[in-house]
Amino acid sequence: MRLEDITLRAGGSLVLDDVSLPLARGVTTVLLGPNGAGKTTLLKVAMGLVAPTSGRVDEATACGGAPRKAFVFQRPVMLRRSAAANVAFALRAASRPAATGEVDALLARVGLGSLGSRPARLMSGGEQQRLALARALARAPGIIFLDEPTASLDPAATKAVEEIIKSMIADGVTVVMSTHDLGQARRLADRTAFMARGRLLETGPAGAFFSAPATREARSFLAGDIVL
Amino acid sequence: MPHPVFRKDPPVSGAGALELIVRGDPALLAIVRLSLLVTVSATALASLIGLPAGALLALARFPGRTALVVAINGLMGLPPVVVGLAVFLLLSRSGPLGSLGLLFTPTAMVLAQALLITPIIVALTRQTIEALWEEYSEELSAMGVSRGSAVATLLWDLRFPLVTILLAGFGRAAAEVGAVIMVGGNIDGFTRVMTTSIALETSKGNLDLAIGLGLVLIGLVLAVNALAWGVRQWAGAHAG
Repeated sequence: MRLEDITLRAGGSLVLDDVSLPLARGVTTVLLGPNGAGKTTLLKVAMGLVAPTSGRVDEATACGGAPRKAFVFQRPVMLRRSAAANVAFALRAASRPAATGEVDALLARVGLGSLGSRPARLMSGGEQQRLALARALARAPGIIFLDEPTASLDPAATKAVEEIIKSMIADGVTVVMSTHDLGQARRLADRTAFMARGRLLETGPAGAFFSAPATREARSFLAGDIVL
Repeated sequence: MPHPVFRKDPPVSGAGALELIVRGDPALLAIVRLSLLVTVSATALASLIGLPAGALLALARFPGRTALVVAINGLMGLPPVVVGLAVFLLLSRSGPLGSLGLLFTPTAMVLAQALLITPIIVALTRQTIEALWEEYSEELSAMGVSRGSAVATLLWDLRFPLVTILLAGFGRAAAEVGAVIMVGGNIDGFTRVMTTSIALETSKGNLDLAIGLGLVLIGLVLAVNALAWGVRQWAGAHAG
């Protein structure tokens, strides 16, 4: 999958400015950058939730078909039903059988095996984020977009979510995620893409980015300075 | 100086009213039964129109939509006597539906009450669905849910709020007097309902029956509100 020359104008401002980014199969890409850099919008464009003003999302793979995509929002919306019913809904939406065994297996995979009957909206933030991951997994995705999946979670909940992400990666799912947590980016990223003001300033192997960032903005960002 | 109609105030007896209720006075029960029949039918009719119309208004985008939303919000406060007049003109012998012979029948009363509460159901349904759609739309799109399935999902997840909307409509219709007295005529044993009977029996000085019906009506309104509260509480605890 590849994002080619993506530009998005909204309300008179340039939200994404000619962004091109390859998303290779099995490679975990982490988008970094200050608030307003365009990370969330770029993920939504890649998912097909937002149409770019110009440019295209090339979904062709080596096998020819487009991978099935899934998206987890920073603040996922829980349907007004039980955790199990949320997963069953996602399975049906993906035209997959929503048998009890399938639902239970997905809930167990995200560590919510004993909470299937709990109303989803009454769960904690960490549990809701894990449930959102279970719903995303219900689509049996080839590529998954995660928008700051651990924002506002405590360290224990963050660790639980990261473990699920690692298990997805181990299963061969291509992960593309945004985060403000540099430690998390170091733990998970194969490649990084650094954005500011709607532009992709640099992209490459994560190790190289963290040890020798190429741009002044990236160096400031990694040093903890405020980048506008 | 004595009132020109009543030489002296009629006797007021709460005990007499309670006795009518406790022993199940046939006249009182018949009036209550007809009231419930008319109001339940009107609420059902208004829901059949109001729920889909509210959903359509919430989700569809078309020229003039904003004006329609404002107009329907305004019609929530429709004066009952104006509704009564409109239905009267519609069903009167010289009106467009006069040939149906519905004026001064319970059907006419159902139509009047339904007309009165349909804007309430449309407006509240529109508001409720629109709010949840704003919340759900992107998430459902990401899950690959089609537009038709999304509407079904919204209606299912809003089933408890929608029930309370219908109960609000029911309460408004049950307490209404102006429109039903104009199109029903308050005919004894045929179109006499609780509200019209209370007005009539009070003017006749038969306060036992008026108070008895008043108590039943208040009890009904309280029961409907308690039911709505219970539905909200149950939904909060079980559906989130």
